Amino acid sequence: MTDLVVPFLDSPFMQRALVAGCLVAIVAAAIGTFVVLRGLSFIGDALAHGVLPGVASAMILGLPSLLGAAAGAAVMVAGVSLVTRRSRLSGDTAIGLLFAGMLALGVVVISRSGSFSGDLTRILFGDVLGVSWGDIRLQGAVATVVVGLTAVCVRPFMLLSVDPDGAEAMGFSASRYHALMLALIAVTVVLSFQSVGTMLVFGMIVAPAASAALVVHRIGSMIALAGVLGCLSVWWGLAASYRYDLAAGASIVLVQVLVFFVILVATMLPRRRVAPR
Amino acid sequence: MNAVETRGLAVGWGRHRVLDGLDVALPRGASLALVGTNGSGKSTLLRTIAGLLPPMAGTVSVLGGAPGAQPARVAYLGQFHPQGFVLPLRTRDVVAMGRYPARRLWGRLGRDDRRLVGEAMDRMRITSLARRPLRDLSGGQQQRVYLAQALAWRADLVLLDEPAAGLDVAAVELLARAVDEEVARGAAVVVATHDMRDALAADFAMLLAGRVVAYGPSADAVTDANIRLTFGLAGSDAVPDVALEIDPHHGHHDHPHSH
Repeated sequence: MTDLVVPFLDSPFMQRALVAGCLVAIVAAAIGTFVVLRGLSFIGDALAHGVLPGVASAMILGLPSLLGAAAGAAVMVAGVSLVTRRSRLSGDTAIGLLFAGMLALGVVVISRSGSFSGDLTRILFGDVLGVSWGDIRLQGAVATVVVGLTAVCVRPFMLLSVDPDGAEAMGFSASRYHALMLALIAVTVVLSFQSVGTMLVFGMIVAPAASAALVVHRIGSMIALAGVLGCLSVWWGLAASYRYDLAAGASIVLVQVLVFFVILVATMLPRRRVAPR
Repeated sequence: MNAVETRGLAVGWGRHRVLDGLDVALPRGASLALVGTNGSGKSTLLRTIAGLLPPMAGTVSVLGGAPGAQPARVAYLGQFHPQGFVLPLRTRDVVAMGRYPARRLWGRLGRDDRRLVGEAMDRMRITSLARRPLRDLSGGQQQRVYLAQALAWRADLVLLDEPAAGLDVAAVELLARAVDEEVARGAAVVVATHDMRDALAADFAMLLAGRVVAYGPSADAVTDANIRLTFGLAGSDAVPDVALEIDPHHGHHDHPHSH
């Protein structure tokens, strides 16, 4: 138990990592819930990788990496909609194509810089222990906007998960809210990559929401439970990484995925029958 | 003012015209059955009236406005529902979505809304399922839930695309009664169906087979000859089969086909 608490008591960088990680977990819970319900995992994952060349270019040009990440996400979304609209190829082909292309472009850009492997590792796997209070303030502001927008749009987002035609008939433009949802996923990715990196950010978005989907029957409860599971995973993951000297971001995502499988196995166990009243 | 009025309407999707030259006039407080085989264009027409597809030619007026302009007044129940294997929604939540068009993005669902939701669930006899997750229900039960959602809408025009799909005999009765009640309170109802009994029960019928075979008061439009043209059946002995058809998805093998 002390291993779970002590690391945070006297290490400021661990405290900052915990706060930053929990912020990401909360945003990821809100947006991840709809990613899971709508089956947008693949495009979300692609977005996460699309960020890579943006961040790499920004680093080389000496610009803020958040700016580069946002540009990368925008190119990815535009590319996917261009390919799906202008060709007969399906969405996942377009996504896969751009996914690989953007990843390759990112690596190519980074290979031009001096410190290839260090930069690449930092972008791919994040640097949650190096987060500053300034980063956290910015993340907090963005997180508030994302969670707020999600709360306002919860009805159309729910309707989109059930039936896009139904949403349209009910007066909520399916294309507009779909675009907004993609934008929110992109912002969440950009917000989170600093903490867990572009390779793992999608685990943060999908794993807690998927775990929650296994056990609850309401969307509000799903978001809440995903947030709780996400924050717990951040806490345990960081503690484990401190205790056993493991990569912090990867430890967090590993805990989240483990939590998912523990819950999955638990729900597969035969249930005791409740006696009829 | 008619609930639905079209002039020279052509409907379709992409470059594909499914139906052409439609002149529909459906008054309020009346029902219209769109009858035809799969692919005859009834869903396409319904979706055009709902504002989900743009008209390819001609004009459509829905409750005096453009299609899709008044979502709170036009209920639409489509044919395809998600399997909902992960959707964490309770039955009651799905029915309550029928109030979103009136309450928009952010309006609170108040006492009136809860009453309408409760009534709609009573009418489809799903009140006992209110707290059950949608994903635990059978296909037919889910169809009742979506029908209740359309009723909770309390729209002035109700568009139902094959609403009887998957329903058991008791639920088909509930559906017929619900349609009568909607018409009785002054709403117009359009039902896409391939069950001739629905066509006979409606005030108006439009028989479709890639073109309008017949359109008018159902007693005039639904004749043996028109049914034969609509369903492309040559042998006259096939007609009684069609007239009695309950649900072609499940009922086909009950028919004594003579090949």
